[in-house]
Amino acid sequence: MRIRTAGVIAAAGLLMLGVAACGGTNEPAATPSKDKGNGKLVLWTDPTRAPVLKPFAEAFGKENGVTVEVKEISENQQQTFITASQQGSGPDIMVGAHDWIGNMVQNGAIDPVQLTADQKAAFHPNAIKAVTFNGQIYGAPYAMENVALIRNTDLVPTAPATIEDLIKAGKDLKAAKKVQEILCVPFGAAGDVYHTYPLFSAAGGSLFGTTASGDPDPSKVTVNTPESIAALEKMKALGEKGEGAIKTSIGNENGIPSFVQKKCAFLISGPWSMNDVKKAGFGFDISAVPGFAAGGQAKPFLGVQAFYVAAKGKSKVLAQEFVANYVTNKDVALALYKADPRPAALTAAADAVKALDPNAEKFVQAGANGIPMPAIPAMGAIWGPMANAEVAVVKGGDAKTAAEAAAKAITAEINK
Amino acid sequence: MTTEVTGAGSASSPHPGPSGQAPDQRSRGGRRGDAEQVRRTRELSTGFIVSRIAVLGIVAALLIYALPPLIQTEAWTALVVVGVVTALVAYLYLTPRHIPAKYLVPGTIFLIAFAIVPIVLTFVTAFTNFGDGHRGTKEEAIRAIETSSVTQVPGSPEYYLTIAERDGEMVFLLVDPATKAVQAGTAAGLTPVDGAEVSLTGKVLTAAGYTVIPTAQAAERDAEIAAFSVPTPGGAVKATGLSRAFEGKADKSYDAACDCVTSPSGGRWVADEVEGYFVDAEGKHLDQGWKVDVGFANFTKALTDPTISGHFLNVLIWNFVFALSAVATTFALGMIVALALHSPRVRGTKFYRILLILPYAMPGFAMLLIWRDMFNTDFGLISKLFGVHDWLGTPTTARLGLIVINLWMGFPYMFLVITGALQAVPRELTDAARIDGASAWAGFRRVTLPLVLVALTPLLISSFGFNFNNFNNIKLVTNGGPYAIDNSTVGATDLLISYTYRVAGFDSGVADFGFAAAISVFIFAIVATVSTVAFWRSRAQEEVYS
Repeated sequence: MRIRTAGVIAAAGLLMLGVAACGGTNEPAATPSKDKGNGKLVLWTDPTRAPVLKPFAEAFGKENGVTVEVKEISENQQQTFITASQQGSGPDIMVGAHDWIGNMVQNGAIDPVQLTADQKAAFHPNAIKAVTFNGQIYGAPYAMENVALIRNTDLVPTAPATIEDLIKAGKDLKAAKKVQEILCVPFGAAGDVYHTYPLFSAAGGSLFGTTASGDPDPSKVTVNTPESIAALEKMKALGEKGEGAIKTSIGNENGIPSFVQKKCAFLISGPWSMNDVKKAGFGFDISAVPGFAAGGQAKPFLGVQAFYVAAKGKSKVLAQEFVANYVTNKDVALALYKADPRPAALTAAADAVKALDPNAEKFVQAGANGIPMPAIPAMGAIWGPMANAEVAVVKGGDAKTAAEAAAKAITAEINK
Repeated sequence: MTTEVTGAGSASSPHPGPSGQAPDQRSRGGRRGDAEQVRRTRELSTGFIVSRIAVLGIVAALLIYALPPLIQTEAWTALVVVGVVTALVAYLYLTPRHIPAKYLVPGTIFLIAFAIVPIVLTFVTAFTNFGDGHRGTKEEAIRAIETSSVTQVPGSPEYYLTIAERDGEMVFLLVDPATKAVQAGTAAGLTPVDGAEVSLTGKVLTAAGYTVIPTAQAAERDAEIAAFSVPTPGGAVKATGLSRAFEGKADKSYDAACDCVTSPSGGRWVADEVEGYFVDAEGKHLDQGWKVDVGFANFTKALTDPTISGHFLNVLIWNFVFALSAVATTFALGMIVALALHSPRVRGTKFYRILLILPYAMPGFAMLLIWRDMFNTDFGLISKLFGVHDWLGTPTTARLGLIVINLWMGFPYMFLVITGALQAVPRELTDAARIDGASAWAGFRRVTLPLVLVALTPLLISSFGFNFNNFNNIKLVTNGGPYAIDNSTVGATDLLISYTYRVAGFDSGVADFGFAAAISVFIFAIVATVSTVAFWRSRAQEEVYS
């Protein structure tokens, strides 16, 4: 009998422990059936944006009598979101870059957002273009970003009109021992298609042809057209065996610091560099990346941050309300800007902050010629091969060989 | 001792006679008596009871923690498994019997959960096309296709929405922003509402015969609102959040009769169960696909696709070179340092040991990035010391660099385990060798090393396995590069694992898990073969020396 008693005591004790361990936190959450909507809205974002979004999400919750949870996903946000959605533990709202849209749509992870004609008109046209995929709008844009040419005005008072002028100014400063490098464009040993795209596009290069509706066409890869090969030739001329303006030794890790330490007078970077550049203690100005003397304009990639409605969320109506009707509101957009100063996608908000922050406006101006980064899943196939081709030419390799190899690898990946 | 008593008791317990119901019970009673004695001695310790309650409490807590999400996602198999395992653990530790199992079960559970299940899942995934675009079921793909094709009916008003109730049924009160006319939308269609009071923002405040539901209450009925649709001649009115509604129409719909998706504008996409896509006559597919079984296709692709198999051998050779030199260099340096500090003449060994363990104690990711920057052509420390050279951009130096970095990262581990193994080598043996006239080298070569190796061979094998798949080093330092100009698929320093990562599309953000799983199976086979051979040989060695 004694064993029994001991066993029963132990069993009772452990049950109590179990209940004590879990009861407090778990049971209230488990009681309302989640299938019928539980008056709760879950929003996922990255760690830098989470504190910014929290007050707005909570204000929305108060307004609508629901609880809002803002959760930060530290890395790999897109894949984490898609995987979690698929197994039913994802959020109701996701925040992220517009070039995720293609992949999220092919995985059925997000729903289209119905914006009214007035709402659409209130956004910068490029922002709406960026979140449009297959003719549908998939998110509410709230911030836009693109790279521009940032220069040290103590060394270079006037913005160069062409890339040739830029190189000349950089070389003169280098000869005068005022800088060590002509230009700081993050490139790195692995190449950087994003930061060098203004140069590549100014030289006439392109990645995809366009469909009848003007979207990038994955069946027309154009990295090996004569125009693109000529553009790679120009990058080769700017590279390590040429002018030495694009170097594999300057990458994301040391591009901005080098500019701040006056190792170079020019930097190609985006609004995220402002915090460091402002602290550098010299005059600076922001202008569009110029084009070549004989050639087209530089077209930086436009990136748009947007709110998405998760297709497999538990509170979809609330999520729609938040995305379509709340963050598209001018006052909310303005408040968001003040908390996190990135160029606002909502024109009214952007106009309102023009006076407050001329730098944001200058980045918007510099992106006027920009093209939204292609959101099609095939874009994923571009980065690796194209970066390798650029590294090869920057190191002095043959442009045609590099372009053909990249085109072959990209096509193979797309048709996989 | 207690273990032996009970174990022996149960092992030698008699089972007399085929119809031994009564004796068997008696014998069981007898054993219980033994156990009770054992138990009585154990019960004296309160620590025993408390620790057991704590352990079982944690197991029960884990069960209770796992129940709601499993029930919610209707994962019945997992629920049964969790329940059975918990019951098994509870039974095992509440009964005095099954003493050996008490020791074996925890390890076995972890082995199954963290080694066998992932291996089985990898094998199963290798036979599917699971990946981006093919994650869900066909039904989910159809739902996604239909939902994403809904567009606003041209020229229809963009209504303000108020959720209301009439006779307990949900009603959409819709206000046309242009005319301020109010309509009630039900499952039967739209009917005009007269005399409603509308706010400036388009919210219906009161309407005769309808009860307006406050926003907070409406928010609780999310799924009901999401499912609600008001049929109209042009399509259906659906809610866009709680405050607006639009008249929409799906452009694509699934037709079970032809197992295809059709569009009124003329498109027709037929289900292709081999590819897991809806494909039109020109061979173009809709974005959303579903998961299908593909048999051995992933394996044959890895073996026959020239862009993949063409580089396989070169990658494999470098992979072996890297893994073997990683083990050899770290072992050699670890051995030299350990021997040096093992000598009784060295002073301040503790200080040296702490210094030597530092690289091991620092976060590897950060160290790898710092090493990468030290190899920077123009700004790196290595270039400042040895002259400017494109260290990580030249195949030979990139490979050497990786081995050096790995040596720095890995030798403290070897140093630690060799130090431990050296302590276990009796000094009498080395002393005896010296007295017999052996030189220091011969003593080390013929006495110390063999004895140390007996203990360390399993660790060397596991170190080989780890370095064979040393993804972090490659990914963070060179990302597989440098690449040949005409080959962006595989770089000079790619290991099979980093190569797989790229080929399976994880770099580009569009992942093909099925194919990655197939290559993982190949890698598993290679590492398993090498390890088995090595273990088999080390057992032979053990027999020789011990």
